Parts: sequence; C-alpha cells; structure tokens
Amino acid sequence: MKPTDVADPTYFHKVVDCQWACPAHTPVPEYIRLIAQRRYSDAFMINWKSNVFPGVLGRTCDRPCEPACRRTRIEQKPVAICRLKRVAADNRGDVSHRLPAIPSQKNGKRIALIGAGPASLTVARDLLPLGYECVLFEKDRQSGGLMRTNIPSFRLPVDVLDDEVERILDLGVEVRFNTEVSSLKSVLNEGFDAVFIGTGAPRGKDLAITGRRQANANIHLGIDFLTSVAFKHTESIGRRVLVIGGGNTAMDCCRTALRMGGDDVRVTVRSPREDMKASDWEIEDAEREGIPILDNHSPIEFLIEDGRLHGVVFERMQAHYDGFGRRSLSPSGEPPVVIECDDVLMAIGQNNAFPWIERDIGIVFDDTGMPVVDAQTFQSTLPEVFFGGDAAWGPKNIIWAVAHGHQAAISIDLKCREISLTNRPPPMTNLFSQKMGIHEWSYENDISIEQRLAVPHADLAKSLKSLTTEVELGYDGQMAMEEATRCLNCDIQTVFSESLCIECDACVDICPVDCINFTQNEEETPLRAQLRVPATNLDQDLYVSDYLNTGRVMVKDEDVCLHCGLCAERCPTSAWDMQKFLFLDGMATASQELADAN
Amino acid sequence: MTHIAKPKFQHPKLPVNGLGLTRRNYEGVVSTLCAGCGHDSISAAIIEACFELEIPAHRIAKISGIGCSSKTTNYFLSRAHGFNSVHGRMPSVATGANLANPDLTYLGVSGDGDTASIGLGQFSHAVRRRLNMVYIVENNGTYGLTKGQFSATNDKISKSRKGVENRFESIDLCSLAIELGAGFVARSFSGDKAQLVPLIKAAMSYRGFAFLDVISPCVTFNNHSNSTKSYDYVREHNEVLDVLDLVPQRSEISTDYQPGTSVEVTLHDGSEIKLHKLSQDYDPSDHGSALLNLYQYKQQNTVATGVLYLDPNESDMHDLLMTCEQPLNTLRDNALCPGSAVLDTLNSQFK
Ligand SMILES: Cc1cc2nc3c(=O)[nH]c(=O)nc-3n(C[C@H](O)[C@H](O)[C@H](O)COP(=O)(O)OP(=O)(O)OC[C@H]3O[C@@H](n4cnc5c(N)ncnc54)[C@H](O)[C@@H]3O)c2cc1C
Ligand SMILES: Cc1ncc(C[n+]2csc(CCOP(=O)(O)OP(=O)(O)O)c2C)c(N)n1
Ligand code: SF4
Ligand code: SF4
Ligand code: SF4
Ligand SMILES: [Mg+2]
Repeated sequence: MKPTDVADPTYFHKVVDCQWACPAHTPVPEYIRLIAQRRYSDAFMINWKSNVFPGVLGRTCDRPCEPACRRTRIEQKPVAICRLKRVAADNRGDVSHRLPAIPSQKNGKRIALIGAGPASLTVARDLLPLGYECVLFEKDRQSGGLMRTNIPSFRLPVDVLDDEVERILDLGVEVRFNTEVSSLKSVLNEGFDAVFIGTGAPRGKDLAITGRRQANANIHLGIDFLTSVAFKHTESIGRRVLVIGGGNTAMDCCRTALRMGGDDVRVTVRSPREDMKASDWEIEDAEREGIPILDNHSPIEFLIEDGRLHGVVFERMQAHYDGFGRRSLSPSGEPPVVIECDDVLMAIGQNNAFPWIERDIGIVFDDTGMPVVDAQTFQSTLPEVFFGGDAAWGPKNIIWAVAHGHQAAISIDLKCREISLTNRPPPMTNLFSQKMGIHEWSYENDISIEQRLAVPHADLAKSLKSLTTEVELGYDGQMAMEEATRCLNCDIQTVFSESLCIECDACVDICPVDCINFTQNEEETPLRAQLRVPATNLDQDLYVSDYLNTGRVMVKDEDVCLHCGLCAERCPTSAWDMQKFLFLDGMATASQELADAN
Repeated sequence: MTHIAKPKFQHPKLPVNGLGLTRRNYEGVVSTLCAGCGHDSISAAIIEACFELEIPAHRIAKISGIGCSSKTTNYFLSRAHGFNSVHGRMPSVATGANLANPDLTYLGVSGDGDTASIGLGQFSHAVRRRLNMVYIVENNGTYGLTKGQFSATNDKISKSRKGVENRFESIDLCSLAIELGAGFVARSFSGDKAQLVPLIKAAMSYRGFAFLDVISPCVTFNNHSNSTKSYDYVREHNEVLDVLDLVPQRSEISTDYQPGTSVEVTLHDGSEIKLHKLSQDYDPSDHGSALLNLYQYKQQNTVATGVLYLDPNESDMHDLLMTCEQPLNTLRDNALCPGSAVLDTLNSQFK
C-alpha cells in the first residue's frame, strides 16, 4: 500500500467514529472531555455551534454517533454521548455573551424561510450573523416544528425547547406565525433573494381497509393526534387504545395515550419485533411503562358495532429472509386475531405534501411527488429556492434537519455572493501534540473499564400521571464525569514519524489491542490478512508508513485502538506522538462571528 | 516505563490457544524499564512462545539474578513460580529447585553482567551439570541497572557513550557454553521476534542445558554509534546461520527444504526441531567446527545468529547423577530414611 496521507482531513476525521457518524460532525470527544471537567458552558457552545439544539438533541437525538462509537467494538455499549450532551445543556451558565454578534448594518439580502422547524431555524442561525435578514413563515402559532407539535413533553420539556428556539429567534428573525403559505409564487413575488423550504413531511399515512370510513370518529392519525395534544385541543382518549405501527411515532402515541386515560394501550406491528423501525431505547421506554407490543399483526378490517369502532381484525404474519437478508412478509395461515378497542392511533408513516407549490414556476418534481433537490447544495431546479429537513427527501430526524440547514445556509450565502455553490468552505482542521511531560498528556489516557451508566428515571407511577413530567432525569455531575471518562478520546490521534523510528518493537509489545505491526508491505487485502490480528473490519482504515530502514513498513489497524498513548509513552524516540485532531465542518458562519463565539 | 497500567481491554479477535488462553493471559505487570529497551521485547517473545507452546504458566519457574534484565521476570507470566535471587546466583537457585522438582520448566533470565562477571563461576558449573533449563542472557554489553559500566561481553572495539575505550577482551558466552557441554546453544536479537520466538520454544522443549544469548540493546547507555550492541549495528552485522522450526508432537506440518540443507532432531517429548541451514559451511551439530566458526565470526565482527550448536542426544543433570524417578520434593520420610536394616545392607557392600 501507499503511505497514508494524514494531511487529508478525512483520514483522521474517520478515526473519530462518533464525529464522522454525526450528520453535523459535532466534535464529540472534545465536548465530552469538557463535561468531565465540569466545563458545561464550554461543552454547550461546542454543541451549539455544530448542532444548534443541544438541550433538545441531548434528549431526543436519533444518535447515529452511538452505534458508531469505538467502545462498541471493544465492549458492549457505546459511550452515552447523547445523554452527556444533555448534561452540558442543563448545567451550563449564561452563554448570551458568547453568541455571535449580529451586525446592525445588514447586507441587504432578504431570505424567506418557510416552516419553523429545526431545518429553517438552523438556516436562520447561520445566516443572521452574516448580516442577512431572515423572514420566517409558520402556519402554527409557535416555532419548533415537530419538535414542539409531535415530540411529547415527557420526553422534551417545553421550556427546554423554548429556550433553544428563542435563542435563535432573538438573534433577530422576522417571524410571521399563524401564516400558512398557500402559494410559493406569492412568496417569491415579495422579492426575496432566496427561499428555504423547511416544511417537513406533514401528512400522516392512512390505511384504506374495510370499516375505515365508518370508524372515522375513533381513528386518529398519529402525528395529528400528537399535535392536537401538544396544543391542548385533545385532552382525553378512550380506555382501550390500539396503536398501529412500529416506528418512533407509534412509541410516542402509545405513551401519550397511557398518560391521557388509556389503561389498556397496546401496539401492533406488521413485522417481527426485531425489525421494528423504532429505536431500541424508545421501544424499551414503552415496554418499561407496561405497554405490550404485538408483532406480526397486520390490520385487515375495522369492526363496527352500533355505528362506532369496536375493534380491529388482524391477520398473523410471517417473515421470510432471502439469501441477501432481504425480508418479505406473508400471512402465516394462523386464524385472524380480533382486538377490541375504543380508539385507534394510526402511526404507519408520514408523507410529504406540497400542494402550495405551483408546478409552473420552475421547480421540478419527480414521479413520487418529491422536488428534485441537489444532494450537496440543497438547491432545487429553481436556483433561488432551496429545500432541507424532512421536506427535502422525506422524514428523517432533527440532527439531519440541522445538517441540511447548515449546508443550505452555505449555498444561500454563496448564491447571494454570486459564488459557485460547489465552491464550498473547507473544514477547519488542526492537529497538535498533547504531550505535557515525559508521561504526561493533556488528556486522561488511563482507560476506564466501567460499563455504561443507566440514566435515572422519574418514579414510574408518578410520570404516568402527567403528560409533562419528564421521564428521564439526566445524569448528575458525578455520573456524567464517570460516563465521560469512558470516552476513548478518538480525536487524540496516534501520529507516526518514520524518520524517527528505530524499529525497537516497544510499541508493538505494549499495545494492549495489537494494533501496531512492522511488516513487509503488500496490497491492502494481503496486508490486512498478515497483521498480528488480521484487520477484518473493512470500514476501518490501515495507517501505513513509508519504508523503514529494514525495508518494512509500519501498519496500524485503526479499528480498536484505545488511544491510550502507550505506544507514544514506550517509544524511545517519540516516533509516535499523540496529537489532537480538531475538525470543524465548513459553515456559512465559518467567518469570524461564530469562530469568536466559541 | 509508563505511568498507567496496560488497559485490560484486548483485541476482540485475539487468537486463543488450546488452553483457552490469549497471549495477554501470559503477561506480567507493566514494565518499569526504559522505553525502547530490548529486554521488553524479549519478555514479549517469551510471552508469545509460552502462548504458542500452550504451557500453563504454573508449570513454569522463572528464576533470575540482579539487573534490568533480571527484573523482567516480573513482566511476564504473572501466574508462574518465580525467584528473583542474588546477583550472579540464579544458577544455584535454579539447580536447587530443579533437583527438588524436575517436573517444572525452568526459565532462567540473566544479564551479561549477572552472568559473565559476578556469576561466571555459577554459570559455568550449571552448564557442566547440564541443568535442564532455558538460560537466557539479555545481552546489552553493559551494566544497565548500575548506569552503564562496560560489562564483560562488551566487544573490545565498542566504546562507551561518552567515547571511553574498552580495554578488555570480551567473553563470548555461547562459545563458553558449547565448550562446557550445553546441548542447545543459540544467539538471537531482541529486535527479531520472528527468529527469537521459535528459538525460545525449541529451547523450552529441549531437555538439558539450553542457552540463549540474546543481543538486547540498552537504549539509554549502549545504543550509540560507537557501540556494537546497538539496534543499527546488530542489524548491519547480523548473519543468520539457520532458521529453526519447532514442529510440535502430533503435528503433520512439514516444511520442505533442499536436501542436505536441513537437520532434523526429534526431542524426548516427540516434538521435532527442523533446522534449515543458510550458511553452507556451518554445521551446528559439530562441536569443534562450531567453536572454530564462532571464533572466526567474532574476528570479523559478525554477529552470527541462529542455532549455533545442537546436541541431538538430550541429557540432563538427573541423568548424570542418576537420581530417582520421583521428584525429591515428593519423597516421604520412609523413602528418605528407609531404616537401619537398609543401612546395614548398604554398609555391608563397602566391607
Ligand atoms: C412523533 C414524532 C416523534 C419524533 N421524535 C423524534 C426524536 O425523538 N428525535 C428526532 O431527532 N426526530 C424525531 N422526529 C422527527 C423530527 O421531528 C423531524 O425529522 C424534524 O422535526 C424535521 O424538521 P424540519 O425542520 O424538516 O420540519 P418540521 O419539524 O416538520 O417543521 C416543519 C414546520 O413547517 C410548518 N409548515 C408546514 N407547511 C407549512 C406551510 N405551508 N406554511 C407555513 N408553515 C408550514 C409546520 O407547521 C412545521 O412547524 C419525530 C417525528 C415525529 C412525527
Ligand atoms: C553482589 C552485588 N554486587 C553488585 C551489585 C550491583 N549491581 C546491580 S546490577 C549490576 C549489573 C547488572 O548488569 P547486567 O546483568 O548486565 O544487567 P542489565 O542491567 O544490563 O540488564 C550490578 C553490578 C549487586 N546488586 N549485588
Ligand atoms: S469512544 Fe468517545 S470519541 Fe470514540 S467514538 Fe465513542 S464517544 Fe466518540
Ligand atoms: S494508542 Fe497506541 S498503544 Fe494505545 S491502543 Fe492505540 S496504538 Fe495501541
Ligand atoms: S517504539 Fe518507537 S522507535 Fe520503537 S518501533 Fe515503535 S515507533 Fe519505532
Ligand atoms: Mg547488561
């Protein structure tokens, strides 16, 4: 193999598994160390810069970083990255003086943001410090999008959401609440320099099966039901509630129903339990509250009695997997099951809907009714119109909406400055030694072997009585510190200098996880096979040096490196050094304002 | 040395041997030697050899003298027996232990100071007795622990770090061992585990005195450009005489070498040493020519490594002394003191 080019920022970025997996590339280990030192405001600011909603995401993030966490390749459970973020948000001090300054002299460009969800709010956050004027259109009376209308308050308290949303609105967004946009043309006619569409995927999917129409009064679309609960339009529900669907919306629906008077709440899902779409932790939370989940149940009919919903008939299903692990479902042949109920909550998915976008203004839609959007720039076929969040490619989650928002803001800024949208700002990277003394590093390199700490929960009976009592209590400072020390500091890179190495093998001998090898060079496949422990995880790179004096090369398998620094401590010549790699994604606000905010 | 303990986590795919152990189960406490010391690599090679031989650690006794090298018995095989003895006195402790219980595998670790200076007498007699042990000298040409004085193995041309000349002729411990009757004599280099690990495995399988002289650079006091025990010097002057394979008992692995270039020796336990000769004119089974050749290599400043001498007829101290089969430490009173009738019979033989 050729020597690894560590000057390429993606090489070391990939080693930081969590940050690489985070759609907004939050510098996770950097803020985790700050939490361990109880520097909560500093940790908060790092998060705020990357993911805009630390308090919200610290409770609700889909956390793609956690399955990626290196710890899962060494022991069972990842670092509780998401819940540590919450600790920073909940314990921070006043940060108002650290927010970017908003120029009083505007740059003369006006941007319309349609829909006040996380995607639009991110665009506003990124553009306001650059002097843009942002006008936010929202059909509801408050902003936040699904974070407010659909995520129940027992998972996300309203004051946490208000705090983070207002932090952005207070930067000077011009808001037009209670304003449903019914014509994009009319917005464009106002002469905006760019329009960002962040209207989400607002339409719940329905089931056209026998009895649907007659039972209408007692069948509710999950997302509409949750919205109506959030705005206190709905305050009660039947005693026996059946939730149809196996995603996160179904989990929120059943737990909400349980708190509104339902005492026999059940969830049915077509697929086997292990294939449910909901996140493991959301399923766990529902089950902890005593909600049964019946899998392999496919609804085929709503039963009507005396003109009202009486129950649902289910066909039992069976899963088959082909040679590629693809699943198909078919009836198992068991007799149908009837479940009686008073109300049904339908949580089988969401669709996008753009009835308010005229089809003759230059925005091309594909066969499925989705706008054609560029995957890098988020630009539609009408150059001044951009899409992001759930509106761009269908329902995802908050952190993706934020990541889209950042990219769209970059594009809008480039467009307004008449720069090519592909000429995107590069990431800011920095690599510097952490050596403080002979065996002293600026980070804690003694590896914790503790297991992941469970987050304490409120008393179950108490929390089931209220829609607003937050179920998770969060870690306290001590627990957060212990959990934070489980982090392996994957951003503290092992950096090798071949010119210094005397090939004494000390690093090979000390490495607790057999990462380091001195061996004959080969092509990648044979090289991976000939290592001390063959490198079978192809997602993880090999770090290959140039030729050494003996004609061999140093090959390090990044896969399970603990970043313990023992190689560097044992190296007599400092051929290994532990260097911190800081990676900040390019941003429209990579200009001075946000950099100063940190 | 390092300031943190080696983390307990190990590679999830680390190979496991027939005893269900990984090589990490053969480790000791974390080393306190200087970073980059060759001795640590030898410890790692011992760990690897014991892991591969699938020996349970408690069947091994580690015995050493005094020196950085002698300290290393603490850094491998935590679960083995151990005796860190007095400077130069490892052989007598090993002899006593071996007399009492020949069933353990004896692994002696010493330094060039511990063996070639203060311990030379003890060493010579252990060799003569063919004590059944592996005797490893971690040879750095210096007294590391006492801060870098010349040792008796430091070559005459090798100067100190500060440029001081060495006035005395050096002792070649391998030649001495061959001359005094060691059955297995090899030299290796701490920086070459591919060579060292099989040598340790073969030495541990051999019955009789198995001597390993392992050049092991002292990074702090003897790794400079005027030294003949530095990483660079050894790499430049190393002549590998042969390549050894230890083929375990019951195994059917066979390596095919050109006829005439390999020597095969079946050991008492059924395992087989296969020696592939790289140097045409070196014959490791011939005592006399081995000594002559070693003398010549030394004159040419060549570091000859590999198996230097191998006696296919294994024999040890217990054979020479005709001790009883049963380990002495398990003999009961009635066997040790069989009574006056037996004594009378014995005495009558001398009348
Ligand atoms: C029940 C449920 C629970 C969820 N839980 C989580 C979770 O725990 N974690 C997570 O990461 N994600 C979760 N999600 C997904 C997440 O909420 C969304 O992916 C995210 O909010 C999308 O953000 P967005 O900015 O694209 O749009 P949205 O949040 O959908 O906001 C769109 C906004 O646009 C407004 N709007 C729409 N049309 C118009 C119009 N024509 N004129 C004016 N305004 C308009 C809407 O009123 C809304 O306020 C959940 C979703 C649901 C349904
Ligand atoms: C009886 C006695 N004499 C002298 C010493 C001092 N001393 C300790 S270690 C040592 C030399 C060790 O040299 P070597 O065996 O080569 O070990 P190294 O440290 O080089 O590995 C000496 C002279 C001692 N400990 N005991
Ligand atoms: S151990 Fe820490 S830095 Fe590494 S992936 Fe997990 S959270 Fe990220
Ligand atoms: S930091 Fe060095 S010694 Fe520690 S696990 Fe990684 S490669 Fe091995
Ligand atoms: S410890 Fe340092 S000098 Fe020794 S082999 Fe490793 S990198 Fe090279
Ligand atoms: Mg020495």
